[in-house]
Amino acid sequence: MSDPGSYVVKAILIIPAVSAALLALLPDDRTTARLNVLGTLLTLLCAIGLFFVRPEPGLFLIVDDVNVVFIVLNTFVGFTTSVFSGSYIAHELEIGRLTPAYLRFYHAMYQTLMFAMNLALLANNVGLMWVAVELATLTTVLMVGIYRTHEALEAAWKYFILGSVGIALALFGTILVYLAASSVLGEGLNAMAWSVLVQEASAFDPALLNLAFVFLLLGYGTKVGLAPLHAWLPDAHAEGPTPISAVLSGLLLNVALFAVLRFKMVMAANAGALAPGPLMVTLGLASVVFASFMLYRRHDIKRMFAYSSIDHMGIITFAFGMGGALANFAGLLHMIFHSLTKSAIFFSVGHIAQVKGTQKMVDIRGLTVSHPVLGWGLVLGVIAIVGLPPMGLFMSEFLILTSTFARQPLLAIALGAGLLIALGALLLRLNGLAFGDAYGSDAPTQASFVPMFTHLGLVLAAGIYLPPTLVSWFQHVAGLLR
Amino acid sequence: MDRFALDVAHLFAGGLVLVSFMLLYQDRMFSLLNIFALHALVVSLSVAWQAHIQSAPHLYITAAIALIVKAIVIPVVLHRIIVQLGIHRDIDTVVSIGQTMLGGIALVALSILVMHPITSAAGTLVREDLAFALSVILLGLLMMVSRRNAVSQVIGFMSIENGLILAATGAKGMPLVVEISVAFSILVALIVIGIFLFRIRERFDSVDIHALDRFRGEQP
Repeated sequence: MSDPGSYVVKAILIIPAVSAALLALLPDDRTTARLNVLGTLLTLLCAIGLFFVRPEPGLFLIVDDVNVVFIVLNTFVGFTTSVFSGSYIAHELEIGRLTPAYLRFYHAMYQTLMFAMNLALLANNVGLMWVAVELATLTTVLMVGIYRTHEALEAAWKYFILGSVGIALALFGTILVYLAASSVLGEGLNAMAWSVLVQEASAFDPALLNLAFVFLLLGYGTKVGLAPLHAWLPDAHAEGPTPISAVLSGLLLNVALFAVLRFKMVMAANAGALAPGPLMVTLGLASVVFASFMLYRRHDIKRMFAYSSIDHMGIITFAFGMGGALANFAGLLHMIFHSLTKSAIFFSVGHIAQVKGTQKMVDIRGLTVSHPVLGWGLVLGVIAIVGLPPMGLFMSEFLILTSTFARQPLLAIALGAGLLIALGALLLRLNGLAFGDAYGSDAPTQASFVPMFTHLGLVLAAGIYLPPTLVSWFQHVAGLLR
Repeated sequence: MDRFALDVAHLFAGGLVLVSFMLLYQDRMFSLLNIFALHALVVSLSVAWQAHIQSAPHLYITAAIALIVKAIVIPVVLHRIIVQLGIHRDIDTVVSIGQTMLGGIALVALSILVMHPITSAAGTLVREDLAFALSVILLGLLMMVSRRNAVSQVIGFMSIENGLILAATGAKGMPLVVEISVAFSILVALIVIGIFLFRIRERFDSVDIHALDRFRGEQP
């Protein structure tokens, strides 16, 4: 194991694991938040290193062109969120919502979550990937319940129950995949290695693969937050600490979707198996339409953006379900832009909820007057998330819509309607939140605006100009996804 | 594989489905715990038998974990929690027990209909095991949706895990990863039970999930 790539891959896993242990042990003071940032920064640097050195795929870990995109996005948002988390948590300590003991727990869990997500993305063994997704679920359950209020407990319990059931279904699907593979590849680790599965999938029993995919789609789909399996998502987003909402929306949903995509590639390689596309398109479209109507009836700001996450995960699943080079390309872009934008929105919402002391939207008005930077940050974020030009999401949504129009005009009309309904709801709410007379506290914030504006700046820049090297890279990855 | 080995494996897998049905109609907290211990005992016997006939010694570890953790430790701990919290009263059901049983029968029929045709290529043992395992999983899900009480939901979830163990051991030669993961999830389930039950008690004076419904954060 002398090749440098394998050290980089190990570092991506070991750094968060060691940081988690350190943060759990170290006594609580200001350094822990900084150590948290340092840990995520080092992980990000190692992840970037994967572009230069790459190990040979093993039976347990793999780095290929597809998961590099996910890993870099994951570690980047993990890093910026830890910066935001520093200022967010300082305020929570000040007002006594979190005690120092819980802070230690929180930081350790944050790093464990990063470890679990990186492991899920790097895993070549489908069983290992399942374990990692389960670990990520459990750490987030504990973090959602950290405030110990009635609402937080209910949200955590609901998330735990629904998440575990989803995870259980996914395990059953994984076992079925192994069964289908082991009759061809023989028993042992080969029959669980994803890279082998994709190559040999054409020889598998299609009927067994079909059933496996249904379980995997429903199981991991619960974690993606696809309607009608989304019930845990709004509560978990609304009641946990806001950095966790940002990581949940921006990263964990992607990780679950990544698991679905891996199995979709196995399905696509088998000619006799059911086409996975229509199933994903159906679930995706249902999520878009459902979530966009639900946006109108929200009273809680974090809950509203949680529904918007369901909406966008639906769009992304829809795009990957349509398949083909263009739709996959657009889906991939949309996923990246959504992660960046939604976490930026949660950064601003987190500070807004802190200064106003409430998450109820009736009590938050005229933000651009009382807190110009936060307010305009939110305005910019919402403009991006509803898909208005010139932000990056406009481009990806436009590509998804036009590629769908060329193939299935009726589906495109339904999707377009969903997008417009969501746009109406969010702009309507934004008007109340950001403009008009200021209401409530106008105390200054000790917010760190850098993460929020970095994300929004990236989305804006990508919407105006996407460098050709990036475009060809994404096209290459989209081609691999099939 | 000789006929006797197959028959015994069948007996245990079928027995697990039967015990899943017994879980469905329990209306007392303590009897529910006892039946769950029986459920775990049957699954550990089944896994041990599989270890024997597949000559896969690592499966004995899985069997031992199921026996010690699920058949002994978790029921005892839950028993103590229930006594401490003073909640050993009747279990509220959302759907009546008769209807639940009918639903359960339909689910077993469904899983046999689904699994049999598609696993025809695999051996008889795998075939039957998977059909039974899917039944246990579906019955566990049914239990989770038909009970309001947090303890019965956790038990429903753990019976789903038992079904998954049955499926994983039935799939011949599946690498150890899954066994480790299942053991891991048992451990975590225990932690979560502890944390959640105590926190729920602290806040609500009840482990009735229905009480949680009042705190939906959606009121304007």
